[in-house]
Amino acid sequence: MQIANPPQASSTARKTSIDQWWLLVFAVIALIVILVIAQPDPYRRILVFVEDGVWVTLRTTMISFFLVLILGLVVALARLSKLWLLRGIFTIYVEIIRGIPVLVQLLFWYFAFPPIIQNLGTSLNSQALINYKADPNFMAILGLTICYAAYMSEVYRAGIQSIPKGQMEAARSLGMTYFQAMRYVILPQAIRVILPPVGNEFITLLKDTSLISVVAVSDLTRRGREFMASNFIPIQPWIMVSLLYLVMTLISARVVHYIEQTTKIER
Amino acid sequence: MTSEPIIHIENVHKRFGNVHALRGVNLDVYKGEVIVIIGPSGSGKSTLLRCINRLEEFDEGRIVVDGIPLDTAANINAVRTEVGMVFQQFNLFPHLTVLENILLAQRIVRKRSREEATRIAVDLLHKVGIPEKANNYPIQLSGGQQQRVAIARALAMNPKIMLFDEPTSALDPEMIQEVLDVMLTLAREGMTMVVVSHEMGFARAAAHRAILMDEGQIVEEAPPDVLFTNPKQERTKSFLSKVLH
Repeated sequence: MQIANPPQASSTARKTSIDQWWLLVFAVIALIVILVIAQPDPYRRILVFVEDGVWVTLRTTMISFFLVLILGLVVALARLSKLWLLRGIFTIYVEIIRGIPVLVQLLFWYFAFPPIIQNLGTSLNSQALINYKADPNFMAILGLTICYAAYMSEVYRAGIQSIPKGQMEAARSLGMTYFQAMRYVILPQAIRVILPPVGNEFITLLKDTSLISVVAVSDLTRRGREFMASNFIPIQPWIMVSLLYLVMTLISARVVHYIEQTTKIER
Repeated sequence: MTSEPIIHIENVHKRFGNVHALRGVNLDVYKGEVIVIIGPSGSGKSTLLRCINRLEEFDEGRIVVDGIPLDTAANINAVRTEVGMVFQQFNLFPHLTVLENILLAQRIVRKRSREEATRIAVDLLHKVGIPEKANNYPIQLSGGQQQRVAIARALAMNPKIMLFDEPTSALDPEMIQEVLDVMLTLAREGMTMVVVSHEMGFARAAAHRAILMDEGQIVEEAPPDVLFTNPKQERTKSFLSKVLH
C-alpha cells in the first residue's frame, strides 16, 4: 500500500532559515580547509593521520544506529505488550541499561564479557568457548547498540502512545490485526512525531562513539590521541578532531531538519 | 426477520475497576433491524456497543454475532470483519487521503486488488455524497464530511452489521442532518444497525426498537413512538423529560 506524502506547508521564511544553518556547516568546513592550507604542519598531517578514524566513527555510528532503530522498536512493542512477562523482562532491561554509564557498559563488553565466556567454556569443557576472543569493533557496536536500543525504545514508546487510542480502535474495528494496525496506521503517524528525538539520538550516538576509543577501536578520538602522543603536541590535534566532529554533527542536524520538514503532517 | 438473531447478547457483565458498567444485559438483534439505544452518560450504552465487536472485553456472559461466539482471537477478528463501526470522533487516519482511508482495510484485510477496492471506494463516496473529496486529507474536511467518510470506510468491508457510537455528538448542529441522511438511507436498504444516539428524529424515522439503558441495565425497550410518547417505566419518563423539551 503506497502512502503518499501530504502536501507540504513550505514557506519562503523557512527556506531561508535552512540556508542560514547550512552556512554554519560551510563555515566549519572552510575553517578546516584554511587551517590545512595555511598551516600544513601540523594541521594537514593531523588530517591525513586521523582520516581513517573518521571512517571508523562513521561506520560504527551507521551500523549501530541501523540496529538500534530495529531493536528499539522491538523493545518498545514488547514494553507495550499485554503479556506481563514480556513487558516485565524488557522493562527491567531498559531500567538496568539506563542506570549504567555508557562508558562502563563498553568496558564491560570488551574486558569482562570475554573472560566470562572463557570461564563458562572451562566449566562446560568447550574448546570453542575457551578460545573466544573479543573483536574490538564488534564489541563496540554490540555495546552501543544494546545501550542505545534501550534509549530508543523509550522514544518509540512515547511516539506510539502519543497517537490517540481511537486510531487503533478504528483499525481493529476494520478487522486489521494488531500488527497490521501498527504497521499501516500507528507507526506511520508515530514516526512523524518521533523524528526530532530520533535525530537527537543519532547525533548523541555519533558523539558517544568517541567512548569506544578506550576499548581499542581506532576511531577519530583514538587517532587524535595517538597523534598527540607520538608528536608531543597537545593543542592542534584536538582542534582538528573537534572540527571534524562538528562537521559530522552539524550535517546530521541539517539532514534531520530537512526530513522533518518534508514529512510534516497536520492533524 | 428470521428467528435466529444476528446478535445475541446474554447476561453480559463488565466492570471497570470498582465501576460495574454492565449489569447483566440481554439483547437479541435480528437481521435488518435498526436499534437505537438511549440513556444518560455513564449508563453503559457505549460500553455495550463496544462489547459487540470486542473493542471492550466483558467479564461475564456471552455474545454471539452471526453465529460466531466472541471468544478466541481468530473469532474476534472474524466478527470484526463482519461488523462495521462508526465513532463519535470519526477516527479517520490523518496520514492518508480520503480514498486511501477507504482502501487500506479492503487491501490488507479483504485482500482486494487496488482496482476493485478503488471502484468500491469511489462508489461509496458517491453514496455518501462527497466523491470530489477523494484525494483530500481528513483535516481538509468538515466534521460532517469526515463522519461520512468514516461510514464509507466501514461500509467498504461489506459488513452485515453497522454499529454507530454517538455518530453526531461531535458535530456542529448544521452538519448533523447530512450524516443522519446517510444513516437513514442505510436503514432503508435493510442494514442491521445498532445506534447509540439521542437523535429522536432519526429514531422515529428509522428504528424498529428503541432501548433505554441506565446504570448498566436495559430499563425499557419498545418501538420508538411508544417509548418516546408512552413509556411505562418512571426512569424512562424522567430521562425523556430532560431530553425532549
